[in-house]
Amino acid sequence: MPSVQFTSHLRKVAPTGVIAVGGATLRTALDEVFAKHPRVKSYVLDDQERLRKHVVIFVDGERISGGSDLMQSVNPTAQIYVLQALSGG
Amino acid sequence: MASRMLVGSRKGLFIFEPLRDEWRIASQAFLGQPVSMVLQDPRDGSLYVALNLGHFGAKLHRSDDGGATWTEVSVPAFPKVEGKEDAPSLGMIWALEAAGPDMPGTLWAGTMPAGLFRSDDKGVTWTQNAAFESIPGKSEWFGGGNDAPGLHSVAIHPQDSRRMVVGISCGGAWTTADGGVSWSNASKGMWAAYMPPDQRENPSIQDPHRIVRCRDHPDTLWTQHHNAQFRTTNGAAEWNTISETFGFAVAAHPKNAETAWFVPAQKDEMRIPSEGDFCVLKTEDGGKNFRRITSGLPDKPCFDLIYRHALDVDGEGRDLAFGSTTGNLWASGDSGESWRVVSNHLPPIYCLKLLH
Repeated sequence: MPSVQFTSHLRKVAPTGVIAVGGATLRTALDEVFAKHPRVKSYVLDDQERLRKHVVIFVDGERISGGSDLMQSVNPTAQIYVLQALSGG
Repeated sequence: MASRMLVGSRKGLFIFEPLRDEWRIASQAFLGQPVSMVLQDPRDGSLYVALNLGHFGAKLHRSDDGGATWTEVSVPAFPKVEGKEDAPSLGMIWALEAAGPDMPGTLWAGTMPAGLFRSDDKGVTWTQNAAFESIPGKSEWFGGGNDAPGLHSVAIHPQDSRRMVVGISCGGAWTTADGGVSWSNASKGMWAAYMPPDQRENPSIQDPHRIVRCRDHPDTLWTQHHNAQFRTTNGAAEWNTISETFGFAVAAHPKNAETAWFVPAQKDEMRIPSEGDFCVLKTEDGGKNFRRITSGLPDKPCFDLIYRHALDVDGEGRDLAFGSTTGNLWASGDSGESWRVVSNHLPPIYCLKLLH
């Protein structure tokens, strides 16, 4: 199963540690977390459900730039990291 | 003396309370997080803090116990638009006001990008004001010092909450008499030195930096605009130029329609006190004359800038306070005639409210 880890900056709203999720795409994997932890969604996505400008996601070491990249498929062993970009803030 | 002062800063919320006639920090919250707006709802004492987290978006928290504990509530959200890549998303809550007792539970939030939102359940849910959103020409509004236009002032009539004047940088002033069912422009008399001559009086591109209302004479409102100060005595039907000074902050005397305070600055490329010379301007005759007050304020050169929400006056017109981008905080207990330092060591101050 894919796994998701959130930056410790989100520890007040996001689950900690490695979370095993289902989902064939990055977005459905994230949605599984959002369903269980509804507050997380607005910290990661904006009103239009775009990846926030200063949040970065890595899938197996590759940076996701947002937009349609959220719809990309993820393999069953994918490691997904949701991090705070060093830009902005 | 006012009973409490909320100070929203680049690094969190500070709640000041008086101790032997001096303001002292009684508590702090959201340390490290930028506070874009604070509110105490006079109807029930609830406190609200809007955060602008930068990376993670704008958030809103409410306290029902005077700031001891906080609960995250919802923020206004722009409706999702499929297939439009540049559709708006909430950047920051820039205005937060409680309606009067005639609209119990109702809050208004102004946002950047410019939007107006209403909550009837203490911030649990928000509804975008559709009539405001569909104002003709709204897409032509532009940012003033920010990338997007923002709604920073919601001046609610104290006897009839349906009557409001809102201010947008840069989108002018707009008024409603029916609680936001319909809006009309309320910028007549304002003029813009930063526009081509034929656009100077375009009512929809004016840059009011802050609009405030006199509580006991609610048809009197004051505006600190990008290139002038304006006053109206007819509920914003028409504004009169009372001075041509740049600045952000203005406070209206709650009882006396002739009195207001401004903290001027040098415009555009500078945004510091004019020639480093820091003062408060006070008028007591409706803007015919201004007195320049420096008692208790730092000597030249001084580089403190006072943001639009960082000056406030209490319900008597006696206590005032303002905070600066340099993290200095001053208070007055004599109607702004003299000032004393409350702190020289705060983070940059974004907003400030005195509570009664």
